[in-house]
Amino acid sequence: MIELLTTRHNPLVDPTLHVWEWQIPVYLFLGGWVAGSMVLTGYLQRQARAPGQSSVSDRLPWIGLVLISLGMGALFLDLEHKLYVWRMYLTLQPLSPMSWGGWILLLVYPVLALGALATLADGALDRWPRLGAFARQLQSHTATRWLSVANIVVGIALGIYTGILLSSLGARPLWASAVLGPLFLVSGLSAGAAFAHVIAPGHEEQEQLLRFDNLFLMTELGLIALFLIGLLTVGAVHAQAAQLLLGGPFTAVFWVLVVGLGILLPLAIQSLTLAGRIPHTVIAPLLVLSGGLALRFVIVFAGQYSEWISP
Amino acid sequence: MARFGMVIDTKKCVGCMDCVVACKTENDVPDGHCRDWISQRLQGEMPDLRLTITSERCNHCDSPPCVTCCPTGASHVQDFGKVVLVDHGKCIGCKACLAACPYGARFIHPDGYADKCTFCMHRVERGLAPACVDVCPTRCMYFGDLDDPESEVSRLIATRRHFVLKPDAGTRPRIFYLE
Repeated sequence: MIELLTTRHNPLVDPTLHVWEWQIPVYLFLGGWVAGSMVLTGYLQRQARAPGQSSVSDRLPWIGLVLISLGMGALFLDLEHKLYVWRMYLTLQPLSPMSWGGWILLLVYPVLALGALATLADGALDRWPRLGAFARQLQSHTATRWLSVANIVVGIALGIYTGILLSSLGARPLWASAVLGPLFLVSGLSAGAAFAHVIAPGHEEQEQLLRFDNLFLMTELGLIALFLIGLLTVGAVHAQAAQLLLGGPFTAVFWVLVVGLGILLPLAIQSLTLAGRIPHTVIAPLLVLSGGLALRFVIVFAGQYSEWISP
Repeated sequence: MARFGMVIDTKKCVGCMDCVVACKTENDVPDGHCRDWISQRLQGEMPDLRLTITSERCNHCDSPPCVTCCPTGASHVQDFGKVVLVDHGKCIGCKACLAACPYGARFIHPDGYADKCTFCMHRVERGLAPACVDVCPTRCMYFGDLDDPESEVSRLIATRRHFVLKPDAGTRPRIFYLE
């Protein structure tokens, strides 16, 4: 038996760590969603299409700009020393994923902005002829291929970083897993595919995105299994952290909202849709997006709750 | 170059909290916050119980996760004494260091930056001991250079049974508790 009494009652730290509230899960979710959208945009930009045929990849950069701005707004709200935020961009700390993330976010904006500019139709920029000429250059085959590569590379970096950000904080045993990076990336891809499916202009593209989303959801299930197995097998402290999701205070919300309603149910609905048994609806994509948000909330909150328990 | 550390004799510590009061006074620690604190661990089974009292603070770890995670370099290891400090003018208040510290040694100052024990570097640079060490009525706390084999802290570690807090966290803390 060990009973620990302490005179320390510091705000945000005691009795359990709770430094991050809603802002960080929301930011991680929106960042992952944008990351997934960028990777899908890059993939779809490489596909051949008939002249004049529209694609969801024309819409995603615009939506990405809005989502990443909302995410960065949430991130800014979380900072306690807000007026000093510019300090992030006076240095690159090679061992700090948060520092890397700050710079990756700075790359996301130009890639999304160039992608958005490339979708503007002739005549839309008549009042700014130089910008119009630049937009036409961006629509060239070579520029499109470069934009596609940039979207995929920056999207993967953004998606993985949102997970590595947490897993680098080894004092929280629940986060001490390299699987978090790929898990958050695949969850972001799933959110991106689910949303893109809803706004895709063509039936063929809708079907393709549904197939992608099902693949992402199944991969996410596998990564969640690996995440839990890793924690359960690496040591006593980590195994106890895993118990938060396997019989502790976060178990119900994790298995019901994240796994049940966020992965299994939409997977079933989308499989029936692909089989032609039920029509396309927004229900499954909404569930996928809610599940992705719930995943970030559970991991961020449960991770803060977990701690090293050795004397 | 010195590498400062602390040795605390749990056989002498009575948990009087003089160190806590001295720290708050010396460093103008804001109300409702503390840079050091007292913990009591009751271990064993009835009737074989053991009570250990520890005066705790930032461990100024040799492998400090709060420094590596900092995105601005605000958390850093100072050359003099290898002490872990926070540059308030660089801190953006992201709280990653609070999450990275397994000891819960940091807090957010009401002015917005991360704050913690500095080993009273402003005193040590003038040849004084940290305030907590100076006021301890039972003289249970020792401060000095761990790299100097002749220092009192090095000799105590070499000759007495001791432990550190949460060794499995891998941070290599520099506060040693004598058993």
